[in-house]
Amino acid sequence: MKASAGGYARASDVRQALEMLAASDGSGRVLAGGQSLIAAMNMRLSTGDILVDISRIEELAGVRETSDSLWIGALTPHAEIGRNALIRDHAPLLSQAVGFIAHAAIRNRGTIGGALAHADPAAEFPAGVLALGATLHVEGLDGPRDIPAEDFFQDIFETAIDDGEILTGISIPKAASDERQTITEVARRSGDYALAGVCLVKRSGKHRLSLFSVAPKPVLAVQAMAELDRGDIEGAVRALQADIDPSSDTQATATYRRHLAGILLRRAVATIQGESE
Amino acid sequence: MTIQFGNPDRPNSYIGKTVPRPNAKRLVQGRGIYVDDIVLPRLVHVAFVRSPFAHAKINGIDAAEALNVKGVLRVFSGADIAKVCTPWVAVLAHLKGLKSPPEYPIAVDRACWVGEPVAAVVATSRAAAEDGAALIDVDYEPLAAVTEMMTALDADTPVLHADMGDNLAFQRLHEQGDVDAALKSAHKVISARFVTGRHTGVTLEPRSILVDWNPAEEQMTAYHATQAPHMIQTALAKHLDLPEGRVRVICEDVGGSYGIKVHVYPDEVATAAIAKIMGRPVKFVADRLESFTSDIHARDHEIEAKIAVQEDGTIVAMDVDDWTAIGAYSVYPRTSAIEGNQVVNLCGGPYNFKHYRAKTTVVFQNKTPTCQYRAVGHPIAVAITEGLVDMAAAEIGMDPVEIRRRNMFRDDAYPATSPANMRFEGLSHHASLNKLLELMDYDGLRAEQAELRKQGIHRGIGIASFIELTNPSPFMYGIGGARISAQDGCTVRMDPDGSIVALSGVTEQGQGTEAMLSQVVAEGVGVPPSRVRVITGDTQVTPYGGGTWASRGAGIGGEAALQAARALRDSILEVAAAMLQSEQSKLDIRDGAVVDSATGEARMPLEELGRIVYFRGDTLPKGLPRELVQTRHYITSDYPFAFTNGVQASYLEVDTDTGIVKLLKHWCVEDCGRVINPQLVDEQIRGGIVQGLGGALFEEIHYDADGQLLNGSMADYLVPMAAEMPDMIIGHVETPTQESVLGAKGAGEAGTAGSPAAVMNAINDALRPMGAQVTEMPFTPERILRALGALKD
Ligand SMILES: Cc1cc2nc3c(=O)[nH]c(=O)nc-3n(C[C@H](O)[C@H](O)[C@H](O)COP(=O)(O)OP(=O)(O)OC[C@H]3O[C@@H](n4cnc5c(N)ncnc54)[C@H](O)[C@@H]3O)c2cc1C
Repeated sequence: MKASAGGYARASDVRQALEMLAASDGSGRVLAGGQSLIAAMNMRLSTGDILVDISRIEELAGVRETSDSLWIGALTPHAEIGRNALIRDHAPLLSQAVGFIAHAAIRNRGTIGGALAHADPAAEFPAGVLALGATLHVEGLDGPRDIPAEDFFQDIFETAIDDGEILTGISIPKAASDERQTITEVARRSGDYALAGVCLVKRSGKHRLSLFSVAPKPVLAVQAMAELDRGDIEGAVRALQADIDPSSDTQATATYRRHLAGILLRRAVATIQGESE
Repeated sequence: MTIQFGNPDRPNSYIGKTVPRPNAKRLVQGRGIYVDDIVLPRLVHVAFVRSPFAHAKINGIDAAEALNVKGVLRVFSGADIAKVCTPWVAVLAHLKGLKSPPEYPIAVDRACWVGEPVAAVVATSRAAAEDGAALIDVDYEPLAAVTEMMTALDADTPVLHADMGDNLAFQRLHEQGDVDAALKSAHKVISARFVTGRHTGVTLEPRSILVDWNPAEEQMTAYHATQAPHMIQTALAKHLDLPEGRVRVICEDVGGSYGIKVHVYPDEVATAAIAKIMGRPVKFVADRLESFTSDIHARDHEIEAKIAVQEDGTIVAMDVDDWTAIGAYSVYPRTSAIEGNQVVNLCGGPYNFKHYRAKTTVVFQNKTPTCQYRAVGHPIAVAITEGLVDMAAAEIGMDPVEIRRRNMFRDDAYPATSPANMRFEGLSHHASLNKLLELMDYDGLRAEQAELRKQGIHRGIGIASFIELTNPSPFMYGIGGARISAQDGCTVRMDPDGSIVALSGVTEQGQGTEAMLSQVVAEGVGVPPSRVRVITGDTQVTPYGGGTWASRGAGIGGEAALQAARALRDSILEVAAAMLQSEQSKLDIRDGAVVDSATGEARMPLEELGRIVYFRGDTLPKGLPRELVQTRHYITSDYPFAFTNGVQASYLEVDTDTGIVKLLKHWCVEDCGRVINPQLVDEQIRGGIVQGLGGALFEEIHYDADGQLLNGSMADYLVPMAAEMPDMIIGHVETPTQESVLGAKGAGEAGTAGSPAAVMNAINDALRPMGAQVTEMPFTPERILRALGALKD
């Protein structure tokens, strides 16, 4: 199909982008890497959007560190996340996640801000930032807001970003020296969205476990986390089932996804334990 | 005429060598010409409104709003098109009892599947046509849909086409020997139920057609991505009431077809009808989404089958009950009964046994019509046969290789006839199997498998022997009344500068036909392939022919080209003999020059001969023939089909926690007769294997109970991709057909025929110690886990 856009404008800074969004009467749509949005438009799942292209806004790009956290600009492409040394050192889960996301061309264009704002329940980054306890920074004409990852993802393709706001970046606490992070998933083909996936972080003896593709949004599996903290892996595998709410589709039934969640949790724990030895 | 094929050092030895493809550079540089690249003055675009219901009465179509859209020119309903275009009925006389109702280019008062065209919107751009299509208001009255294959014939299932009486499109029973008695007396009888998933052949270039009607010349020109230009010429002429001679079909570059583009599609015929009505060139390029509901589907089969064996592994009988659901219509003009018919013809193919019964039942459904897709029926028949053979081997505790050895037709048993009455001229099952075992180091792999099993790693080895039907004679379609040519022709000419032009009726779909033709003609005439230009795909220019299907391009088109090239060589030498005052038999053409055949000494370049013939014909003896254009046609006549054979092996690992199958390696040894271009054949085999692996592991069209297609996009319909594909080792045994000089049979479908069965057998080999077995394709991780009993509900 041929896309049917309502208009297009390129913003040169955040302020201008916000003004363009405000001026577009509710039809404004942020365009970052276009790897989800343009595909949707080409299927006419979305028509009449007035595209506000933020892809050249310099202040939204790059990765910076402070003493205890990393700031990742919303426009940082997946490929850059995968090769960036700061991220590899301080948030290795995100570096690992890139290997699971799509294919090289898409990783070159797709942005972490786009992936988080898009909030596909099967995507890696949303679950990743949830496990890492990240803070998401959004900005509107009224000024900036900080949103904890726990509150950011609300439903399938729905986030706490309000109309007229832009996600500018995320902050992630730097990994402690003994911290372990891992991500694992099962997909039918390399680069496909996961049938189920798990992010596991072990920070000072405490676990943070998030799952993707097993609910309408990424899930922080608090009951399973408590079991893991107690050292009961099988207890965690059982508890996990209450934390998730998978659905069935042509790729997999909910039953299979539930099964995978348990398998993946065991594998993630094994990875982390293997690394610690 | 003889060519010393066995001698690689013979002059002009291009047949049998990997020569570069003449069109590769052009395509890689983006200079191909696909239908969508063609722009004509006053061109308009059409988009189709497609039925969102599997079955619905059309009470009315309101186009008022659509006609207000900027750029929209006209809207056509089914009735509008029916005024200039007659419907078709896709039956063949030799498929006795096959029935199908008349089908219109656009549904007239009833839509019968999700995706059937219901209205056409013509606009100055495709985008505007889509804007218009979105605003067409169709008053549908949903009707009960038939969506279950196995209950389609039940009394309480609604009849899809009232005029047809019931939902049975076709049924055929073949019986040889006394199957019931054999089943009763056999040592073991093994039964299984197989399912092959409905899937489609996802072409890189979607279906495309641009039709121009020139009223001044009363000629219709269709630029079409098609495998069979002459067949399309006939179809357009017949249904738009034009003389065949006033329809020209031009087929430039095609981005893959795999059987998808060998059919007459309603939307494409509608495009031609619209061009005729509007007197303007009209373009239709299917988009990827509508391709999923409007390209033919295939392989939707459910089978109950049995094999009976003796204690020593001898196969005594096979009994196959095949069901397939073809959608709402039999597809024109090849029909949708061929796939089931092929299952009957091909089951048990490699094996010499006596008692065989096979039945196919072909039913209508409110789904996208199914028809011939690469390796028609083969993957199904091979899965049934090879699945059963492996199960039998396991049951009697015999190695899967050994049971095959004991039952395959001996390599010196030919000519032979199979229990399905297929006639084989010469096959090489044993030589191929031996070569395969050597390539894969079968014993070594078995040892590795056993070793890893101890560590809880579950690997499997699967073997699948197969036969492949190629080089069809008129027995395939012609005898049934279809104007589909089994014969093909080639015209080869020499121009004044000594360059050669070959015009062939077979077509290039991206598979390398033109490369094959260029090297055959180069060897036949005696020039380097770079001096041969090949022209295909223009019904007003090339000899009449069948095009690309049933792996016939090299075997049929190649032989016609060779014959024409040799005839041209003779004409050239006749002139040369007169010019050089020599005997024709003492001259030869090598590397573009006339030479002394005994010594190889150069006598005259072809340019010189060309100069004399074309510009100084006065210097040649009066009455000397100087026909530097020669045409030859070729048709097979000794055998209805040239069967080929081969054997594949798959090595894979099953993750019993997740059900994921990892393909580790794949082997194929096949015998396509003379290999003309080793690289092209190997890549045909590899590409074919990949399509088969798609069917085995990934590809499946899902419908819900109401006939809604659930996964019609590239995000949800999984095609095989590079990362999951194993290394593929290809080997050959060559048993040339004696029917032709060239000796080539087909190679285009062998890969697809055997790979699903090899994978199935390998998975089951891995699962067997756990008592699990899968027979329903695709073998998704979930199906594997369910077979293992790992999922509770
Ligand atoms: C074939 C294919 C496979 C894929 N596989 C995967 C996969 O396995 N895993 C995965 O995670 N992703 C996958 N993706 C999606 C890919 O990662 C996208 O790049 C990503 O989801 C969106 O990022 P983007 O920059 O391209 O955003 P866009 O497509 O430009 O935008 C997506 C949405 O986010 C909004 N948006 C973007 N940036 C911002 C912002 N800064 N502030 C507010 N709103 C914003 C847009 O308005 C739009 O609604 C795949 C994509 C394709 C085409």
